[in-house]
Parts: sequence; C-alpha cells; structure tokens
Amino acid sequence: MPDIKVTPLGAGQDVGRSCILVSIGGKNIMLDCGMHMGFNDDRRFPDFSYITQNGRLTEFLDCVIISHFHLDHCGALPYMSEMVGYDGPIYMTHPTKAICPILLEDFRKITVDKKGETNFFTSQMIKDCMKKVVPLNLHQTVQVDDELEIKAYYAGHVLGAAMVQIKVGSESVVYTGDYNMTPDRHLGAAWIDKCRPDILISESTYATTIRDSKRCRERDFLKKVHETVERGGKVLIPVFALGRAQELCILLETFWERMNLKAPIYFSTGLTEKANHYYKLFITWTNQKIRKTFVQRNMFEFKHIKAFDRSYADNPGPMVVFATPGMLHAGQSLQIFKKWAGNEKNMVIMPGYCVQGTVGHKILNGQKKLEMEGRATLDVKLQVEYMSFSAHADAKGIMQLIRMAEPRNMLLVHGEAKKMEFLKDKIEQEFSISCFMPANGETTTIVTNPSVPVDISLNLLKREMALGGPLPDAKKPRTMHGTLIMKDNSLRLVSPEQALKELGLNEHQLRFTCRVQLHDPHSDTDTLSRIYTHLKSVLKSYSIQHVPDGTVIVESIVIKVTSSAEEPNLKVILLSWSYQDEELGSFLSTLLKKGLPS
Amino acid sequence: MAAHLKKRVYEEFSKVSQQVTLEEVPSKKLRLTKPSKSAALHIDLCKATNPTDALQYLLSFARKPVEAESVEGVVRILLEHYYKESDNSVRLKIASLLGLLSKTQGFASDCIVDDAINTLNTEKSHQVLAQLLDTLLIIGTQLPDKTAVIQRLIDVACKHLSSTYFGVRNKCLQLLGCLGTVDKPLSKETDTGAGAGAQTSAVRDVLSLISDYFQDQDPRVRTAAIKAMLQLHERGMKIQQTIYNQACKLLSDDYEQVRSAAVQMVWVLSQLYPESIVPIPSSNEEIRLVDDSFGKICHMVSDGSWVVRVQAAKLLGSMHQVSPHFLEQTLDKKLMSDLRRKRTAHERAKELYASGEFSSGRRWADDAPKEKVDTSGVNLIDSGACGAFVHGLEDEMYEVRIAAVEALCSLAQSSRSFAEKCLDFLVDMFNDEIEEVRLQSIHVLRQISTHITLREDQLDTVLAVLEDSSRDIREALHELLCYTNVSTKECIQLALLELLKNLSKYPTDRNSVWKCLKFLGARHPTLVLPIVPELLSTHPYFDTPEPDMDDPAYIAVLVLVFNAAQSCPTMPALFSDHTFRHYAYLRDSLSHLVPHLRLPGRKQTASSGVEASGVGSGSLESAKNFLQDSLVRVSALQNLETPGAQDLLEFTIRDLLRLGELQTELAGSADFCATYLRCQLLLTKALQEKLWTMAVPLCLKQNAKVSTATRQILDETYKLEFLYSGLETQQIATIHNVRLQAKALQLILTARSKRGVDRVLGVCEKFLQDVESFQRLFMTELPHFQDSFVEKLLELMPRLTACKPLDLVKILQTTLRQSRCIHLKLPEQIHRASATIIEPTGESDNPLRFTSGLVVALDIDATLEHVQDPQTTVKVQVLYPDGQSHIIHPKPGDFRTPGPGRVRLITQVYLSHSAWTEPCQIEVRLLLAYSSSSSKLSSSKPAWNESMDGLPTSESSIEGTIHLSKPVKVFIMPKPARR
Repeated sequence: MPDIKVTPLGAGQDVGRSCILVSIGGKNIMLDCGMHMGFNDDRRFPDFSYITQNGRLTEFLDCVIISHFHLDHCGALPYMSEMVGYDGPIYMTHPTKAICPILLEDFRKITVDKKGETNFFTSQMIKDCMKKVVPLNLHQTVQVDDELEIKAYYAGHVLGAAMVQIKVGSESVVYTGDYNMTPDRHLGAAWIDKCRPDILISESTYATTIRDSKRCRERDFLKKVHETVERGGKVLIPVFALGRAQELCILLETFWERMNLKAPIYFSTGLTEKANHYYKLFITWTNQKIRKTFVQRNMFEFKHIKAFDRSYADNPGPMVVFATPGMLHAGQSLQIFKKWAGNEKNMVIMPGYCVQGTVGHKILNGQKKLEMEGRATLDVKLQVEYMSFSAHADAKGIMQLIRMAEPRNMLLVHGEAKKMEFLKDKIEQEFSISCFMPANGETTTIVTNPSVPVDISLNLLKREMALGGPLPDAKKPRTMHGTLIMKDNSLRLVSPEQALKELGLNEHQLRFTCRVQLHDPHSDTDTLSRIYTHLKSVLKSYSIQHVPDGTVIVESIVIKVTSSAEEPNLKVILLSWSYQDEELGSFLSTLLKKGLPS
Repeated sequence: MAAHLKKRVYEEFSKVSQQVTLEEVPSKKLRLTKPSKSAALHIDLCKATNPTDALQYLLSFARKPVEAESVEGVVRILLEHYYKESDNSVRLKIASLLGLLSKTQGFASDCIVDDAINTLNTEKSHQVLAQLLDTLLIIGTQLPDKTAVIQRLIDVACKHLSSTYFGVRNKCLQLLGCLGTVDKPLSKETDTGAGAGAQTSAVRDVLSLISDYFQDQDPRVRTAAIKAMLQLHERGMKIQQTIYNQACKLLSDDYEQVRSAAVQMVWVLSQLYPESIVPIPSSNEEIRLVDDSFGKICHMVSDGSWVVRVQAAKLLGSMHQVSPHFLEQTLDKKLMSDLRRKRTAHERAKELYASGEFSSGRRWADDAPKEKVDTSGVNLIDSGACGAFVHGLEDEMYEVRIAAVEALCSLAQSSRSFAEKCLDFLVDMFNDEIEEVRLQSIHVLRQISTHITLREDQLDTVLAVLEDSSRDIREALHELLCYTNVSTKECIQLALLELLKNLSKYPTDRNSVWKCLKFLGARHPTLVLPIVPELLSTHPYFDTPEPDMDDPAYIAVLVLVFNAAQSCPTMPALFSDHTFRHYAYLRDSLSHLVPHLRLPGRKQTASSGVEASGVGSGSLESAKNFLQDSLVRVSALQNLETPGAQDLLEFTIRDLLRLGELQTELAGSADFCATYLRCQLLLTKALQEKLWTMAVPLCLKQNAKVSTATRQILDETYKLEFLYSGLETQQIATIHNVRLQAKALQLILTARSKRGVDRVLGVCEKFLQDVESFQRLFMTELPHFQDSFVEKLLELMPRLTACKPLDLVKILQTTLRQSRCIHLKLPEQIHRASATIIEPTGESDNPLRFTSGLVVALDIDATLEHVQDPQTTVKVQVLYPDGQSHIIHPKPGDFRTPGPGRVRLITQVYLSHSAWTEPCQIEVRLLLAYSSSSSKLSSSKPAWNESMDGLPTSESSIEGTIHLSKPVKVFIMPKPARR
C-alpha cells in the first residue's frame, strides 16, 4: 500500500528548529529549516546527517519549503543549503523571501561578530542561498515537477506566513507552519479550504490554552503600559524584530494618538527600519483595515515611534522601548534589561513565548537572581508581565482549522509533549481521526488509499446510465460491469465485448446448473405449470415463458422438471443460467428450494 | 383573423394538438395598430443570413421599448423565427426576449403560455431550455391568479426536473418555488406527465419534490432547491419540519452558497417550530428545536466563508425564543461542555472550567497541564453556541463584527441577564480599529442601557473614548451617557472629569456635553449629593472665590448639580450665595438645561416657580384642555365679520403662541392652530376691505394691502402643510380649502386690476384645475366640509366650467363672502419641523479671509427636528450682501440620526465671491424645500409608464421653500488675489 512518511528533524514534541521531512508518493520534501534559540552548540541546527551521512542533500530532497521568516523556521537554511549542500528549489512567499535574509544576516552578526564563533555561514552564503529561492503567491499552484505540486494559503501569524499544501497525485499533506486563527491589529486570520488532506501537520504551541478575547488582552496591555509611564517608569518590550513588534507598534501608536501621550516610544534601529519598509510594501498581506486605509495613510508610517539609540537607555523619565530579540537571550533587549532590571518602577512585558533556557523563560518563572556571563549575578527588581500576544492558534483555533480542512490524519509538531498529549486526545475524540505526535527523528507512517483514475469508455457509461435510476449521484458509489484493461501504463474500463475484440479472444459462455429436489405429488407437467404460475406471481416484471417442450424460461434461465421412476413424488428441478444472470439464477434456486405454494 | 390563422399554422407546425380552450381566450382581438414594429423585426430577421446577424438584430431590437398593443404581433414573429432557427444562441435570445416582452404592462401574457410550453417540448439545447423555463417563470409570476395556467407550468417544471443540465433543474426549482402550491398535492397526471420518471408513488407535493434536490450533485441546484423552499415559505406555505435534518446536513456543505442558503433554511425552521423536540445525535436526550438550531447557527459564525459568517451572525439576533442558558454560552468561550453535559451537570461543568484548566493567556505558565480532567465532557469544537459571539466580535471582517454587534443588541434587548453579560464585550468593542464598528457598538450600548448599570472599570473604558477625534463617536458617547446608570459616586466624578476634559479639548461639543450632564445629574441625585461641596468648591468655613460665569466647564458642573438638586431637596442647602445667583441666571438663559428648583427662603423665585410649575410640569392635561377650549371658543363663532369676533381671534392666537412656548409638548399643535387662525383672520380682514364695493379704477391703492394679505395666506398654508408632521388627511384638506380661498381672492384681484380677458382666462383655468384636483384628492373628506367654500364651489362646478371668466369672478366673490370658515380638528400629535444652526455661531468678529475667486469651506452644524425625509428636502441657503443667493444641497451622507425625530446635519458649504474691500456678513440659513405634487397624499412616485391623468399635472405643482431656521451671519472677507 502507498504511504506517507513524516519525520521531524526538529520541532517534534519541541518548540524550535522546525524541520520536518515528508515522503509522499516517492517525493521527499523538507518543511522548514529552522534553528533552536535555546542552544549555542550543534544542537541548534537540525541533524541533517539523518538524511545522508556524507555528501550533498540535493539528490535526496525534491524541494524545501519555508513557511515564514522566523528564525526557528528558517535559521538553518544557509547552513543546510551552502554548508551541507543543497541545490534544489527552496519555496517561500514573497514577503518571506524579502525579510528572511535580513533576519539571517542579523543572526549571523550576533553569532559571529559578537560571540566570535567560527565555522558559521557567511553573508555570501546567505546571498547564495537566497538565489535558490522560488517565490510563491497565495493560492497559486506551483508544479515542482510533473507530479509534485504545492500551494500556499494565508496563515496570519506574521507577514508572509503561509500554510502549504503538498500534493502528489491524489495524496496530499498540509503543513501549517505557525498560524493564527484570530485576526490581530495588522494581520488577518488563517484560512484554508476543505482540501481534505491525508495528513495535516499542525503546530501546537498553545495546545492547552483557550485565550480570552484579544480585546481584553489589548486593553490590559495598554493599561499596564500607560500606568507605568504615568508613574515615570520605563517599559521594555522584548520582541522579535518582525511580527508581534509591528502589531504592538500599531496598538501603541493609535493609543498614544488617542490619549495624547508624550512619553517617547523607541524601536531598536537598523533591522527594524528595513523591516517596517517591507511591511509598508506588502500591504496586501495585512488585514482588512490596513488594506482599506493605506491609501489615506499607511498604518506602518508611525508618528510617535522613533528610532532607538543605545545612549537613550540611560535617559531619565518614562519611555517605552521595543528591543530585539524577544526571548531576552542576547542582543539589545538583554543589554537594556540589564540596565533597567534594578529599578522596581520599570517593567518588562514579555509578549510571547519563551523557550526554555533563555533569560525570558527564567524571569517569567519568577527567578529573582540571574547568573550572567563572568559569574556576575543580576537582581531582578522590575515588574515582569506576560501578555500572550503570540500569534499562534489556541486549542480552539487548532480545532477550527481541522474542521476547515477535514484531514484524514493529524500530526502535531512544534509544541511541548505534555500539552500535545492533551490536544491529541481531544482531536481523536472529537473528529475520530488518528493523531500522531512523533518525537525528533521518529518516523510516522500513514497508509493512504489513493484513488486510481481509470478511463471509462463512453459507450459503457451511456449504457450504464440508460440502465439505472434517474440521475447519477456523485456521492453514492455504484457498481457496474466492465473489463479493466491495464496496458501501456494506462488503465481503461471498457465493456466486455470491446475488451474481447481488442484482445482478440473468443467469448466463453459460462453456465451454472443446479438441481433442486422437491416433493410434489403431481405429475411432471403439472409441477412445471405450477412452477410457471408461481414464478409468474412472484416475478411480475420479468418475461416468463412456458415453452411447449417442457421447459420454463425466465429471461435466459431454463427450468426443467424430471422425476425418477422409483420415486415419482420426488421431483428434480433443473435450473440452468448463464454467468450474466447469476443474481436472478441464485434467487430462483433459493425460491424454488423453499417449495411451491400448495 | 390573421393572428388566429397564424396561430393555427404554428400549432400544426409543432404537431401538438391544442385544446379548444384557446378559442375561448378573450384577448384574441385583432389589433394591427402598430404593424411597423413587428413588421420591421420580421424583415430584419428575414434579411439575416447567418446567426450572428440575426443575433445583432435581436440585440438592437431588445434595446427599444415595445408598446403593449404590438407585443402580441412581435411575439408571433419571434416564435415563427424560433421554430425556423437552428442556432442555439439565437433561440436563446428569442426565448429571453419572450420573457422580457411578457413583462410589458397591459399585455395579457397568458396567450403565449401554450406556445412557450410547446417550444419546450421540441427544444433540445439545455441552455435554451433553461431560458424558456425562465420565460415561463416570468409569465407565471404575471398571472398569479390563473390556477390552470400555473398548474400547467408546475407540471412542466416537474417534468424537466430530471434534466441532466444543472441550469434546467435550477430553473425548474425556481419555478416550483415561485408558483408551487402546497395545499394541493400534485395530481396523478403530473406523474404520468413526467413520463418514465422514476416517481411512481401516488401523490407527491411540491415540498418533498423540492427536498429531493437537497442532495443533488450540483451545488447550484442544491442552492436553488433551498431557495425555492424559502420562496415557498415567503409565499406563506407551511414547510414541514421533516426537512430540518436535511437542512442541518447542508450546513456542512462544501460550497458557501449552499451553506449560506442552508443557514437561512435552518433559521426559518427554528422560527416555525421553536418548541418541537429534536434528539441529540449520539445520545438519547432531546432538546428544543430552536435551541438546537441556535447551536448550529452559532457554529456557522466560525465558518470559513465570511459571507456565511455575516449571515449567521445576523440571523442569531432574531432568535429570541432560545433558552437563556444557551444564549449565555455564546459569550463564554471557556465553557466547553457539549450540550448534553451542560444540561445534566451544569454546575459541575462550570466549576471544572472555572478551576482553570484552560489558561486565559494572561499569566505565564498558567496553562501547564494539571491533572487530567474527565475528557468525555470536554468538547473543544462541537459545543454549539459556545463563544459564538466572542468569535463573531473578533472576526477579521468588520462586516461580521457589525452583524455580531447588532445581533447582540437585539438579543440583549429581550433578555436582561444577557444584556448584563454582553456588556463587557460591547465595551471592548469601543476599541475596535474600524470607526463604524465602534460607533455601532456605542449605539447598541445606548439601546440596551435601560437594562444595565455600568461598573467603574467599564465606565473607565467607555469614557476613554471621549478623547476620540471623531465627532460622531463623541456625540454617540454623550448620547449613551445620557441614558447610562452608574453605580458609585466615583463614577459620577470620573464621568464629569472626563467630560470636562473633553470640553476643553473640543469646545464645539459644549451643547452636547451640557445635555449629557443634565441627564447624568437627573438620573443620579443621590450619587451627586455627597460630592456637591467638592464640585462647587465650597468650604464650610471659608468663602471661596466666585467662579467665572462664562466658563463652559463651570456651567457644566452647575447643570449637573442643578439637575440632581431637582429631585433632592436637601441639596440646595449646600449651595453658596453665588450659586443661587448663577442658578437664576442659568434658569433664564439655558432654561432647557436647568430645571426649576424649589429653593428655600427665596420667595420671589418660589412664587414664580409655582406659576411656572403650574404650566411647566404637572399639567400637560390642563394645557391640552386649554388648547381645546380655545378652539371650541373660536369654533363657536359663526360669522367672523362680527366686530368682537376678530378681537377674539387675535387673543386666541396670542394665547396659543404663548402656550406653545410654555408647554413644549404642545408647541406643535398650538403653533399649528395659531397659524391656521391667523390665515382665517387675514382672510376675513381682506374680505372686509372696502375695495370690493369700490369702482375698479379707485381700488388700486387698496389693492396692495389685500394682495400682500393673500400672498401671506398662501405662504402660511404651505407652511401649514409641509412644516408640520403628524397631520391627517382632514387637516390637509382644510388647509387646501384655505389655500383655494386665497387663490380665489387672488383671482378676483387679478380680474379687477388687469385689463384683457386672456390673462384672466388662463388664471381661471388654473383655478378650476385646482378645484378639480382638490375634489380628486379629498373625495373622502368632503362630508366634513359642509357649508364651506369648497363645497359651494363644487356644487357650482358645472356652471363654473361653462361660464365666462368675468361671471366666474363674480360667483367666486359671492361664494367667498358667504362661506363659513372650517373649524380645525386637532390630530393626536403635531410636530413642527425646526432647525437650529449650532455652528457657525455668528458671534465671531474675525472675518473668514480667503482669496476671491477661490472657494472657502464653511462648516455647518445644525440639528433638525421632526423633519420628514431630510435628505431630499433640507437645503442650505447662502445670502450674500449683494442680494445673490445660493442654494446648496447637502449630501445624503451629511445627515446623521442621533435619535428618533432628530437629525443632525454636519456639512461643508463652499463659498466663493469676487473681491470686496470690506469684510461683510453673509447669511446662512436652512430651507425646507417642498413641492405640492409631492404632498403627502401622492408621495409615492408614479412609475414612468403609469398614466399621469390621475394625478395633478406637473405644471400645477408648486415648488418652493420655507425658512426652516433663523439666519446666521458669518463675517467673510474675500481678498483680491496677489499677483
């Protein structure tokens, strides 16, 4: 039986370094190629030696698809394509293609220039890698080769995030990447049609969460920021350069405008300005409001938000600073955090998920003393707030997507094992479909039942139509007689006569004969005529003939009655029918076995 | 007989025997009135050598209208060509033309039914078949009462239902939906007529026939089937409950148009059979159908297609019979028990989820999995109503959000507990990114505000919106605050503070803010009481400085306090001396905002207060009586020419005007009566002038006085007719009577002053037309007009039309003097349309400077009250100092309706003028445009082809304007352009 194999190299019962291998219909596809934030050693990249021990990956992979530009989904891409070696096509949407290299370059700078790592990919490698990228449009079906086709759907989450449908013949897999089912201030909600894939590979970051209405969250966030600023405190919001940052910017910008606040809002520079530029350009990927109003004013042209300079962090008075990265594990956000952590008037708002091992994760779990490099410790006095602004679908959102797509199997990745377990139970119970949650390196095999297309001869089809009921009903299967010819790699269904003709064979008649013994005191001819009247009364719409030579013919079935001399009461009824009339014949034999009505 | 013969030929051609009934069709009159049209078409079609040409001819033919008489001929020609034509597209076009033609007014379309049905039998092309069925549908809808024809059409539709082409099935279903009847099951002939169709069962009604197609393979046919069913429902047929399950299955169809129609179907069924019981699948329990369908429609709020979502959200609002606990689930996203569990262990379920199995996303790691709960009960998706509105309000498309807000509103209005629950959600919507949604949610909150009391935190969120830069939002919010109940005195303080902030930020909101505080104070006297000293900044020992009386903020505070003090007699004791002085001042200057107070130790105010309150508060009844008495008194006057009568009239008019000022509820009625009486008075006075007895040449000087009087009366009658709403036909007839009198007077004057019969002749004719139109319009009211001018005139009508103009004048003169004045009967409620221009205020001394020749925009803000159809009637007039006047039509979008009977006009008027040397004042005012042809009786516009003879012809309609507001002066200064 054909099957689909799914093997997560990363993100299996884990968050970070998403990398999933799918083998479908003889094609191998890599979905995402991310890095792990929590590690600084080899573990940060997926283990590509799983695919091949030595040599390049090109011959083992048909294509690579990147769902969106977050580093845990594309961070390992240059490493894979340039250092391990892959020359095939890499698919991503236009915004992802535009923004991805900026983030990779930023990542590279931090790792190589700041931490001084060697044996890391270079700027040139990022550029080379980007040359292999083929851009995708939403809902555009792209033929990777003759059999493999992929199609992108809108996923919300961040600008340019996409869900991908991968299809070979009638087998298909949908990979969601990260997605969001509730729209936010700048992006719409994920949407997919009823494509009924064999497997839906879904993220499950918030498998056990059902979030409050986003409006409550927004209000809480604004209130917290406003209160701190009025107190004269500083607010640090660690964000990833792109995505949540823009949403929060729009939120704060409109709030500042409405409330006429004067405290400065800063956004860490460089990266962000470039990124904001792309947000202005890819207006079609944003939500309804921004799409409709950008003619009057592009919402991403901020009035109150200014670029941040390192020296501003020491300025007195209130301020709000957005700084990267979002998990406080390195870079500017960590520097500012160190400066402000000592003052209880200040506040840090973590707007998203934090991977284990990062500073963000630690302070959220209530650690008051942090160990820094060089054995220094840092007292955390400032308020730590957590606002779930992460644009991932919650449990209800995941269920909603399943309902939309109606998959045959479910596979969960990108989440914590315990939480997945819960969701898995729910899915199996609600939809009664099987749900899998493989760990990294573990292969899930799903047997598919692909439909095989067969050409049917028009004559046969018309004949069938003439026979049967009022209208063909697409939803009801119907049985028909025909001959399947498999020839020259093609399948055809033709009428038996045509098949015989084509193959140059003679038709053989196949007749079944059956004897039914019956106790009947009458003479043979009487018995026969009684059979005749009996059948006549039972089978009203059939042609029944009583032929003078002592036989009854029902359609093509011949019925004779004989009796031996010694036992004149025991009549042997001889039934003979051809193969085509099998149904009627067996019916008659059982009917006669029951005996005749007296 | 030519047509008849032709028909015969066709019948033979199509080889279908026709019934004899054809001969009896009465409309077979031979009419060759306009042979040109059909003949031209015939020639054109004959000329056409190929299908493309023929199609072109038909297309160009279709653009021209065809008269009713020639339709039949044209139809014959078309049919003739139809039979000859072999090209599908041409036949299709002909079929569609047949449908178009049968819509022609005055054409009896039943005569082509047979032909159309015949063509159906011979037609092979599916598209043409579909088009022909469409034509039959049009014909059928034209003949709703011919059951025989309808029955035949239904038979035809049933026969073609088994077609393999979706379009044909679609049209058949449509036909069944539009014409089918349920009371009469389709007869046996139908089935035999359907030929070899599989249906051999004896009697099938339209409903079951249609419901068979709910499972059709083509989504378009499925949609058409549901729509046909809905159509049957609209036509008043009873739909069986049995299709409920089928409809529910269609809710999960792959195609959005099917789902959309199915949602409607389910909704219709839920309204028809709300109380019947349906089983819950996979359990042996049962619930009410309306609850079940409510859950299902709620489910559709998270559908993939936004069209369906909008529809579902809208329909939810009209399901009032749903049980309260289902209703409340719609706001609860966290409660995830399925319906079954909810019913059996409601409380337990609630506890389970309150214990925090699912995180709110507000605190870190509160979603760490705890011990496993009884998973059989937790149901993430199929929980029906759960959180439907939460989803709807968070939807990406603002259309869905608005629909959800509206649905919330209508559900909350019928359920108090639900109103309280949905409060938080509505308040949250105040932060929506789309202004329309914000505005809508504010309006909705206002509508349900009688059910709710705002908590402090909610009020906080609400008040934050006061800083919104959109004026509409702010005003909607003021309106909301007028109706809001708050719980604590801190809330009052908070609201006052925010309103004052708003006032200082947007000074133009002054009136609105004051009004808001008036209601806030009047609603919460006990909450205001403890904070009065603080508000007025009084001190127990020390005198505090007297606040500035012109400060709008101070006035705002006073308005709040005074309105609270009205129902809180202990409050005035807390006032300081200057507060009392300010009260007296404000009571006079802003009497609509400051109520009367019983102040202790203030005799003169108290006594005037008693007098005022005698009329002011308690005695609407007595005022009404007074009004009635005055009218009765006037009606007792038989002859107005007696000396005392006119004095009485004058006094009554004065009284009525004063009454209108004192009693705002009766202002409309009182004004109306006063104006009417003034007309009578003027008329009487005019008739008493000496000029009637004078010789013609001498009367020219006198003439001027009388003619002004007549003109005045005419003006007043137009005001009476168009400025007041709530009039009944009788009053309008009375007004018209007075107008006729005035016109008669005018006619007499013209006759006396002008030489030459010709001119008088024209006027006479016009006058007679007016009389006729009066008769036509007010036929039913004539009994009330005994002894009146009109009645006498109508009696004399035959003579009038025959006689010469000069005789006519003489007759008129005597009739005028003899006729009795009609006494006015007051309808229930009369409102006078009025308008006030709030902005520009006309107080500014700084001229508005602009370069001459270019335009400058002047913001106009006005409130209109009781104006009917303001979008079309209200105009802005700009009067320049040089006498030039411009009339500007505001855009329909400039009118907003903040409340019933009130309209707000916020618009910009563009001014331009050539250079002046000095700044000058222009006048801006609002006008009410009217035209007598669009008077209230014939307000429905006649269709273009309806004959006009039944209505007053356009020339007799008089267009004009009435001043609606006081003029406001604006200082402007056009400067010469600098070179």
